[in-house]
Amino acid sequence: MERLILPDIKDLHKLDVYEAHGGYSALRKALGMKPEEVTDEVKKSNLRGRGGACFPTGLKWTFMPKQTNKPKYLCVNGDESEPGTFKDRQIFEFNPHLLIEGTIIACYAMGITTAYLYIRGEYGKWIRMMQKAVDDAYAKGYIGKNILGTEFSTELVIHKGAGAYICGEESALMNSIEGERGYPRVKPPFPAQYGLWGCPTTINNVETISNVPIIINRGWEWYSKIGAPKHPGPILVGVSGHVNKPGVYEMPTGVPLLEIIYKYAGGVPGNKAIKAVIPGGSSTPILRGDQLEGVCMDADSMKAAGSAVGTAGLIVMDEDTDLIQVIARISKFYHHESCGQCTPCREGTGWLHKILDRFVAGEGTKEDIDLLMEIANNIEGNTICALGDAAAWPVQSMIRRFRDEFERRVARRTAPVVEAVSA
Amino acid sequence: MLSEENLKKIDQLRKMYPTSQALTLPVLWMVQEEHGNISTEAMKYVAGLLNVPYGHVLGVVTFYTMFHSRPIGKHHVEVCTNISCMLRGSGRIMEHLEHRLGIKRGETSRDMKWTLSEVECMGSCGTAPMLAIGEEYHENLTLEKVDKIIDSRS
Ligand SMILES: Cc1cc2nc3c(=O)[nH]c(=O)nc-3n(C[C@H](O)[C@H](O)[C@H](O)COP(=O)(O)O)c2cc1C
Ligand code: SF4
Ligand code: FES
Repeated sequence: MERLILPDIKDLHKLDVYEAHGGYSALRKALGMKPEEVTDEVKKSNLRGRGGACFPTGLKWTFMPKQTNKPKYLCVNGDESEPGTFKDRQIFEFNPHLLIEGTIIACYAMGITTAYLYIRGEYGKWIRMMQKAVDDAYAKGYIGKNILGTEFSTELVIHKGAGAYICGEESALMNSIEGERGYPRVKPPFPAQYGLWGCPTTINNVETISNVPIIINRGWEWYSKIGAPKHPGPILVGVSGHVNKPGVYEMPTGVPLLEIIYKYAGGVPGNKAIKAVIPGGSSTPILRGDQLEGVCMDADSMKAAGSAVGTAGLIVMDEDTDLIQVIARISKFYHHESCGQCTPCREGTGWLHKILDRFVAGEGTKEDIDLLMEIANNIEGNTICALGDAAAWPVQSMIRRFRDEFERRVARRTAPVVEAVSA
Repeated sequence: MLSEENLKKIDQLRKMYPTSQALTLPVLWMVQEEHGNISTEAMKYVAGLLNVPYGHVLGVVTFYTMFHSRPIGKHHVEVCTNISCMLRGSGRIMEHLEHRLGIKRGETSRDMKWTLSEVECMGSCGTAPMLAIGEEYHENLTLEKVDKIIDSRS
């Protein structure tokens, strides 16, 4: 497939190169349309969010009130902290103007006059790259007052995070922009009604927004024919773990996971068998390696397989991997990142982490397996934000699909000597 | 507390946000970049500058892991030990570093030269294992590479 988000063009991050390859023509085209027509185009394209939940983007945009005397805001979510996820970084580095162009078009479609691009603090290097692109776009009149000589004006501000996974959650992200601690807010009210400073706000992922110029340029019909019909478009899949060629690969949605692993990512080192994969970042339910036949990277296929596309961060684990260490590490992460506002998440993630560490040390019992499940079930659906679910799903799926691993660990009752690594 | 240049930048930023409280993170970043950490005195300064309570600034500094309220080593070595890195040997990298630097994870060397931290996913999973020193990412690590990185700063 022709690469649309990360085309193979040298120096595309530079404004003149981007322009020479048709850059900002989508913005010009969009500004010649009515804002509703732009939203409609995105809606018909069937673009779904690439930030984790696959929510239809055009539909989200229609939630923004048309009649309001409050300012409206757009937050572009580049917090990218879900373990196994490293795709937005590629856009910052290799195609920043695509993201800027998409941001301005989104602002135009929703009548927004300020957009904040939130980038995780660890990405200092990429923030500077992005800032350079934004400065260049301002200088050329693509952002700011009277864009391209029209009546439309909008600002784009980069907001640097400071190390907190939870700030990727949309309402925590808004609090972080407001200068608060990154505590998620109780919903409803939803951001489109009561977002940044109580004003109507839309939040979209970096990759989602980067699809917008493509849709405007080529039209929704063309776009919606790429990949899986109900979840179409190009998608950036980040493959990590036990593969020969880890990296970010652009492909149409709906590619079989086995094809991603063996064709794109060069297969498993030493030709080992696959024990398990986590398909879409650490919060998505784990799948068994022997049940991957026919499972594809799109929302429907993933759901049928009992997992989710998430951020399309595919983590591959070979047959020698110690899954107990894997799940203990994942639980440690969610425990560490829980903001502590709600009891089931704060306490529950702590318990999961503690019990799983016990398993790693060879001290887990049979009853502990059920206890883990019970704790996870008590977190799921009982919290302010989805971090609780994100902590529960990996544990539930691990026990459901790999109970034998837990049981063997209980039987062995010895601490492992080797780490879950292959050479 | 802050350079003329940064004070000018703050004036610019004020136009980009409807409240001055929203400048808390950007201004704290400036303080930390200039001074290496954010002292109590600096937090009071930021509170005055932005007209927000000191307790607010303190709350923000302590919430975000990248803000340091105490001095840290000259070289802050952060090793990701999350899952993709773990699958590719971050455990060995970390142990090697503890050995080489003579400190455990979470510690700072007595000469204030090194701080070694275990961190969560840094968005470098496809080039794992990795470590960061300041804003610099070092990826696809081997023990030899780690030695070189440390030697060049010793
Ligand atoms: C704990 C948590 C962390 C999240 N982190 C991110 C993130 O880093 N980047 C992101 O785009 N979305 C993240 N999300 C999802 C956002 O809340 C939001 O749904 C998304 O940014 C919407 O964008 P989209 O509709 O374009 O996918 C996170 C959600 C949760 C619950
Ligand atoms: S679910 Fe966890 S992270 Fe989310 S608000 Fe509650 S305590 Fe905080
Ligand atoms: S898991 Fe280490 S960088 Fe992502």
